[in-house]
Amino acid sequence: MFNYRFQWKQAYAKLPEMLDGAITTMQVAILSMVIGILLAILLTLFRRSGNRILGGFATTWVEIARNTPALFQIYMAHFGLAGLGLHLSPYQSLLLGITFNNAGYLAENFRGALKAIPDTQPRAGRSLGMSDLQAFRFIVLPQMIRISFPTITNQMVWAVLMTSLGVTVGMNSDLYGVTQDLNALTFRTFELFAMAAVIFYVIVKIIQAGAWLISRRLFRY
Amino acid sequence: MIEIENVRKSFGPLEVLKGIDLTVANGEVLTVIGGSGSGKSTLLTCINGLEPIQAGKITVDGTEVHARSTDLNKLRQKIGIVFQQWNAFPHLTVQENVMLAPRKVKGIPKAEAAEIAVKQLSHVGLGDKLDVYPSRLSGGQQQRMAIARALAMSPDYMLFDEVTSALDPQLVGEVLDTLRLLASEGMTMICVTHEMKFAREVSDRVAFFHQGVMAEIAPPDELFGAPKDPNLQQFLAATH
Repeated sequence: MFNYRFQWKQAYAKLPEMLDGAITTMQVAILSMVIGILLAILLTLFRRSGNRILGGFATTWVEIARNTPALFQIYMAHFGLAGLGLHLSPYQSLLLGITFNNAGYLAENFRGALKAIPDTQPRAGRSLGMSDLQAFRFIVLPQMIRISFPTITNQMVWAVLMTSLGVTVGMNSDLYGVTQDLNALTFRTFELFAMAAVIFYVIVKIIQAGAWLISRRLFRY
Repeated sequence: MIEIENVRKSFGPLEVLKGIDLTVANGEVLTVIGGSGSGKSTLLTCINGLEPIQAGKITVDGTEVHARSTDLNKLRQKIGIVFQQWNAFPHLTVQENVMLAPRKVKGIPKAEAAEIAVKQLSHVGLGDKLDVYPSRLSGGQQQRMAIARALAMSPDYMLFDEVTSALDPQLVGEVLDTLRLLASEGMTMICVTHEMKFAREVSDRVAFFHQGVMAEIAPPDELFGAPKDPNLQQFLAATH
């Protein structure tokens, strides 16, 4: 029953193509995180605003992002929007889907982090003549980012792993997509996907090491 | 000049200020004493508009604090307030804590704001702690930093809300010394305090609050020497 002959050499020859894919994967993950964090801050402001429409919008976003499969979110970004007449490329759909997911999860994490910052902090800022927004920007936000930094790192890891869902909308330039195409050409299934797994693993380790370095520089207090 | 006319303030059904009338002249040091729940701290947060009032009016240099047209952010620049809990910004160094508002609110360039911070921090005896994070400071030092932070906006008025109440007894002195220094420099101050000796020493007038009413106001010798209000007599007897 076990007569598969490993041919690592043949798979290994494809490493450069896979590393190219890995770069695309990183690109999508980083972009989706940068935009995701900014959107999450915006959603957090919406929820703090006391405005029912803005707050409801943000809450709906968070609820969908956290309580439906990421695959569904990427599918909707591609086929759902296409049905409405907005045709996005696989790359754009993947980026949109993951960004939507990131923003939702991060907004919820930010909400938790805010609970750890006493109201007296922005109040002290207000008493010095700052506007609400200034007090948020200069006093609350930096502390919020620090408190939620571990979950931001986690989400970054998820963003990398979620790129593998791109194949379902026709993405073939990321690590998972490239690997799948190579597999179709060579049938070195085990070798190729094992290599892809190792590359994913290394990427995640690099992210964690990077996060550790950043946190040491940024959070000296 | 701070003018308070018939101010009423409630938290829900609970009325904490029941018609306060009070005028504080420029250069005057007024201390406010009274039991907890007497409304004395609430009055301070009403003066700089952090809390709304239900009736009456407060004017600072002719500007009505709670009028709709008043730019509170602007008004607060000239009314410094320091709280019982000093609220150091933990993510900023001592110097950055003091620089933040002058830079962001007044738009003062960084180098100049840094100088202001050094000056104010030296003033309160923290000139050697510029690059330290607040978590490394004692409570007394953090409180003095909060005072420097308020002074960096060069306010015309300073409000102190029980600034020594959360401190260990041995740290109270250093903060009171800072307040004495400010008083001697002619700063207009309203100090809510439980430090009777301090109130007696630095005040031009002392006000006694009891259950939301200003029961008595007089120069310290008179108020402490010959208290008229029976609640004040009781209060002073209890604190001695």
